[in-house]
Order: sequence, then C-alpha cells, then structure tokens
Amino acid sequence: MSVALDVARRADAHRHPAVPVGVAVAALLVLGLVALPPVYLVIRGLALDPERWDLVLRRRSLDLAWNTLALAAVVTAGATVLGLAAAWLAVRTDLPARRLWATLFALPLVFPSYVGTFAILAFAGPRGILQRWLEPLGVERLPDLASLPGAALVLTLFTYPYVYLVAAAGLRGLDPSWEEAARTLGRGRWETFRRVTLPLLRPSVSGGALLVALYVLHDFGAVSLLRYPTFTQAIFLAYRGTIDRAAAAVLSLLLLAMAVLVVVAERRARGRRARYHRAGRGTDRPPRLVLLGRWRWPALAASGALVALALALPAGMLVHLLLRGLAEGVPLNLTLGAVGGSALVASLGAVATVLAALPVAVVAVRGGPRLARMADGVAWLGYALPGLVVALAFVFLTARLPPLYQSLPLVVAAYVVLFLPQAVEPLRGALLRLDPRLEEAGRTLGRTRGQVLRRVVVPAVLRPALAGAALVCLTAMKELPATMLLRPTGFETLATRVWTSASAGLYSRAAVPALLLVVVACVPLWALAGRLGVREGG
Amino acid sequence: MNVLEARGLGKRFGSVRAVEGFDLVVREGETCALLGPSGCGKTTALRLVAGLERPDEGLVRIRDRVVAGPGAWVPPEARRVGLVFQDWALFPHLDVRANVAFGLDGDRRGRVEELLELVHLDGLADRMPHELSGGQQQRVAVARALAPQPDLLLLDEPFSNLDAQLRAAVRTEIRELLRATGTTAVLVTHDREEALSVPDRVAVMLEGRVVQVGTPFEVYAAPADGRVARLLGEANLLPGRARGGRVRFALGEVEGSLPDGPCEVLVRPEALRATPDADGEARVDDVAFYGHDQLLRCAIDGATLEVRLAGPHPELGPGARVRIELVGPAVPLPARA
Repeated sequence: MSVALDVARRADAHRHPAVPVGVAVAALLVLGLVALPPVYLVIRGLALDPERWDLVLRRRSLDLAWNTLALAAVVTAGATVLGLAAAWLAVRTDLPARRLWATLFALPLVFPSYVGTFAILAFAGPRGILQRWLEPLGVERLPDLASLPGAALVLTLFTYPYVYLVAAAGLRGLDPSWEEAARTLGRGRWETFRRVTLPLLRPSVSGGALLVALYVLHDFGAVSLLRYPTFTQAIFLAYRGTIDRAAAAVLSLLLLAMAVLVVVAERRARGRRARYHRAGRGTDRPPRLVLLGRWRWPALAASGALVALALALPAGMLVHLLLRGLAEGVPLNLTLGAVGGSALVASLGAVATVLAALPVAVVAVRGGPRLARMADGVAWLGYALPGLVVALAFVFLTARLPPLYQSLPLVVAAYVVLFLPQAVEPLRGALLRLDPRLEEAGRTLGRTRGQVLRRVVVPAVLRPALAGAALVCLTAMKELPATMLLRPTGFETLATRVWTSASAGLYSRAAVPALLLVVVACVPLWALAGRLGVREGG
Repeated sequence: MNVLEARGLGKRFGSVRAVEGFDLVVREGETCALLGPSGCGKTTALRLVAGLERPDEGLVRIRDRVVAGPGAWVPPEARRVGLVFQDWALFPHLDVRANVAFGLDGDRRGRVEELLELVHLDGLADRMPHELSGGQQQRVAVARALAPQPDLLLLDEPFSNLDAQLRAAVRTEIRELLRATGTTAVLVTHDREEALSVPDRVAVMLEGRVVQVGTPFEVYAAPADGRVARLLGEANLLPGRARGGRVRFALGEVEGSLPDGPCEVLVRPEALRATPDADGEARVDDVAFYGHDQLLRCAIDGATLEVRLAGPHPELGPGARVRIELVGPAVPLPARA
C-alpha cells in the first residue's frame, strides 16, 4: 500500500497543480485539532513540578505499567494465535461447513468490550449464573476474573477477530505457487507454513495484532468492569478522585507514549524490504484444501468451543438477562432520550469527521511530499490516541471555557480526533484511483473547473465518503469514555446507559441498550467482512 | 535408464478432463519438451508429476519408485523433483541467497555460491527478488530448483514472462546449463521455437494426451497428423489421394504408404519456391517480411499457399504474378478424422 502510494505520489508530483490554499489550510486546522490533545498533555506534563512527577510515578505507576503491558502482550499473543488458527481452519481446510464458520469466527467483533465483559461477568463472575450452578456441587469460589489471566481471556475473546479477518483475507489472497515451490524443494507441510506462509502473512497479521494491542491499551470499559487495574482505569480514578488533576495528566501522557511506541514498533517490524504484491500474473488458482482426516472432530470441537465462548455465551446472556429482567419487572431502561442521544451525537460526529477528513485526504494524496507525509502521520496518531486521554485533554482545555465545557460540540470534536483515520482511509483510496487525467480530460472537453468538480470528482468521492460516515457513525455509537466525560450533564446515550447500569452491577438493566448496540454493530461488520472477502461469492 | 515414466495418467477437475491417457518416458540426462496449445493439459501433467495434484488414474514412476498410482502416494517434498514455476514464485520475503538455499540443509549451504556462479548471478546474492530484472529472477528460480540436485527438473513455460529479445538469450543459457549439469528435464511450452530449439526430444500434446514423441527434426519433418504439423510451424495442408503406395496432389506425386483414399499432404512453406512470372497461375496476396526471410501468401485456383523465401525479395509485392514450384519434401498425412 505505502509503496504503491509513494510511487503514485512521485509519478504525479510534477503533474499536479498545487492543492488549493483553502484546502491546505483546512487540512492543517484538522491536523492541529488531532495534535491538540497530545501537545497539550506534553506541555502540561512539562510544566509540572518535578517532585509531583516523582510522586505520581513512584506510587503505583510501575505496577500499572506492568499490568497494562502484560495484559496487552498476553492478549495480543493470544489473539494472534487464535485468529491465525481460525483463519487457517476456515480458509485452508475441509472443515465441515467452513463457510458458516468463516462468518461465525468474525462475529464476536459486534460486542463493544464493556458489553461483552458484563455479559461474561453475569455468567462467570462473582454471584454469576455459573457460580449458582456450581454451588450445590461444593464449588464456593470461581477463579477470579479480576486477574491477568481472567482479563486476558475476556479481552482475547473479543479481539481475536481483528487478526482473524486480516489473516483470512491474507490466506485467500496468497498465491499458492509459493507454498507449492516450497514443497517441491523438499519442505513438508508444517515447515512450508512456518517458513513461507507465515512470513508472507506477517504484514497483514502484524497490522491486525497492532489493532489488538491498541484496543487493549485503550480499553476502558472491560478492565473497569473486571476491576483489573490498568492505566485507563487509574487515569479515570485519578480524574474522578482528586481535585488536582495533574496525576491524571501524567498517567495519560504515559499511556499515550506506550500507544505511540506500539504503533512505531509495528511499523518498524513490518519489514520494508519485501514487496509481497504481484500484479496480475499467473492464474487465480485457489489453493488445495488440507484434508483434516481424523483431525476433523478435534478441529470442529475447538471451533465450536471458540464460538460458544466468544459469541454464543455473551449473546445468550444478554437475551437471558433481558428475559429475566422482564420476568422480574425490571424497567427496560430504554428511554427515547438515550436512543435519540446516541443517534444525534453519532450522526453529528460522522458528518463532522467526514468533512474534516476531506481536506486531509486531498492533501495526503495530492499535496507535496512533506505535507502528505504529515497528513499521513497525524492521521495515524488518531489510531494511537486513547479515547479517555483525548477526553481528559479536552476536559482540561475547556475547564475554564464554560460554553464549551461538557457540550455536544466538544463530544463531536473528540469523535473527529478519534475516528478521523476511519473516514480518511476510504476517501484516500478513492482519490488515489481518481486519475488526475480524468479531470484534465474533462477540462479539454470544454468544462470549467467547477463543472469538472461536480461531474467527475464528486461522484467518485461520494460513495466512499458515505461509507466512511456510516463507519464513523456506528463506531461513535459504541464509544464510551469520551462520550461519558464530555457529554452535557443529563445527556444520555445507549453506551452511557449500559455503562451506568453495568458498572453498578445491574446487568438486567443494561441488557436492552446493550442488545441495541450489538445490533447496530452488526452493520459495519457485515460491510467490512464483504470488503475483506470473508463473504464469498456474495 | 528412465528417470520419468508416466502411464495412462488421468485427471479431472469437475466435469473437465484435463489429462487423459497421458504416457511419457524421459530418459536419464535428456531434455524433453512437452509442447501443446494452451489448455491442452500440459501444466496439469507437470503438476501430476511434481506431486502437486493427485491423479485419478494411471501411475507416475520416478527412477525405480512409483510415486503416484494405485495405492502409492509420495508427497511432493519426498519426490526429488524440482519445479520452475511459470511466474518463478520466488519467495518475496527472502533474498536471492536464501531463496536458492531454501531446499538445502545445513552443511550443503556452500553450494549456493557455486550455483549462483553457474547462473551468472554471483554478486547479487543479497538482493531481494523485486530488485532483480525478469531474466535474473528466472535464473534465480532455476538455481533454486537445481540446488537440492533433483532427479528430474520440471520447467513450466519458464520463458513466457520474458520479453522476446531476452527470451532467445536465456533459452540458450538454460540449454547449456541443463547439459553442463547433466540434468534430466521436462520443459512445458506452447512456443514452437522453444520446443524445437531447446530439447533433445519433443512430446506433442493435444487434448490431454501425448500424440507424438520424437526428436525436434522428426516431429517437424514427419508429424503424425495435420494438427501436429500446424503446431510445429507454418504448414500448407493440401488435399491428396492415395492409391497403391503413391499419393497424388496438386503439386505432383509422392510415395506414401497410406490406405487408399483421400489424405492430406504437408508442404512446409520453405519447400516451395515462387518466381516472378507474368503467366504464372498464382498471385501474391500478402507479404510478411522478417528480414532474414519473408512469408508470401499466394492464391492459386481458389486455394491459398504459403511460401517462404530467404533474403529480401522486394519485386514480389502484393498483386505480383508468380510461378510456384515444389523444391523440398512433401509429406503425406492421414486424412483428418
């Protein structure tokens, strides 16, 4: 991707008229907004009395750093192994009903971490269903989920699909002749997988693993519900607990540094030398399926266990909680306010993010090399920024600006910062495909700049813009920490509803808004699966 | 000794019979070309030999060992058969040295330098595949396949991804390399020049089976039938009639032991001569000039004859009247089924 980008950029650099000044300025403003939270936190951190740094750092930070990093490492490793194994089973073997499994393996992605976690807690947590089933058998205490293994298990179940999706797409796109070449050179099946398949999948799988690692570092809902102390949880407590918020700022800065480090490390590890893509050569021969033979039953059992834990259990629990709540007369907890709030804030966020993404995408594709690289880099920063950190920075920034403090525009601004990459990516793809010669052709056919813009550029960009908007809208609905911290007092969304009930242990009350969120989350997953080729022949 | 023996191989993909009744024997040290039009099943035959596909019927023997057949199956990694892929399939994550060393174990790594020297790539060992030209990638693929010293080397259209200029040079190089290393090889191709200039023997394949095997001279001069004749070069196929061991056709009479009745006579364009003649029965319709020779398409009695003349003949442009004579062999062939 980046190679192709560079080439396209270099080839076109001299042919392009400069990006209009207005567009460049707009892009710089957006990039400035993205850079605002980290820059503010750095300034604030530097201004802090060194003694206070010591205080913050000495107390619990080492423990927190260890907890956070260990959790991120274990979950990333676990999700990578699970995702790769599931992808291999679904794509490369004669696993019975593998098309169905291919879809089921991806579905746990529909659970926002806090929803999946409270569903699992309601089942296997203290006072959960499992506990009650086992009590007559003399089991008095289940293993504590508020531990590294417990938290890692829960998060792995909801994050492995990130690796699964890219690994499955990678396996489908892999030219089988590389593996065949390895076989004719005397290497067996396992050695071929280890020495050829795995290295060839590495760029995409490491991208998926990066998403998992960032997910864990950023996660606020799951670890808070599990009461597993990580940076996000500590930041939240420091913010809520003290009048002086310097500690929260320092911890935020540390978390941000970790996330940036992870992103940089992944980009380094990706390996720049190899080029994996071969254009249009040979035939599109699908690889031969591995016959599982007597391993088909263990493989089926393992697939079943994975889907049962990651998909059937949380989904079943949500329905169970809903039914139990209905039977016990628990209020549905579904006010029009929360639904409307979600819809309002998410659609505002989507529109604002796409509008902000447009100049950034134009600059990234058609700007000079320096400007383009900057746009690229800052958009990436959006991926690294934890929602909680952005929210805190905005809280601090606006604390003395009453009209902005805890207002809808502030929530929307936070969404723009957090979700900008999701909207830039499809727009950039469309602009890259839009050959500038098409515009030149329009001009030579006697059309003015404005007409060309309306009849050539806008139609090409409209669909990806809408796709980006839809993706942002649905992601924003699930967003928790920024919405929670920045919303006006009394303003409710589905996510905050779920959170308020679930964090108080009122799982039945959280069931209805949670189910609605899950249904909403199915839509972008379906679209995403189509793009990655998980749905075949459709 | 036979290195490869394929007997009655058959392979179906769904309802399509890719290979059927395929027989081929390749002897120690020889290079055999498998020539056929695209879609005739030659790549499938190669993959059956390499062990990348399982045959539905028939058997494959490599040296003394049955590697595929009723009750026998040896996986590709245990066959000692090397394969050079059509698109070379160099591992994009490994440099040239690691690509060539891929099939070598520990103590034999030293062979890499030797092999790279053999294919004139010494000094490029640290390059990545995408940093090489097409010809260089091709040579790396050959060196990689030769490295484990396979009993048999298979080459699947190895020159088709090279441009025409380069192809001739690489072809010569590969032929010399195969001879120098004494490698037994099967070369799959749809290119007649390749099939005639590189191998010791040619197996011509049509519709899933081998229809004729012989030296390049044999199959060119005495093809089994008209289809084979056309596959190997431009061919005039004229109607003839056999009777009592003689065959009569438009340009004369030749000996031919065919059953009495209608048949075909093959006359290669270079077996004809055209001379300008205002009273000639033939007229030049079209000229394709190649420098060293030209191919004239001439109309005579409502039929078309192709005539190849060496050297430039600017006087024979379209419209010229010519006299056509037979100056080379005419080969009687059985009538088309």
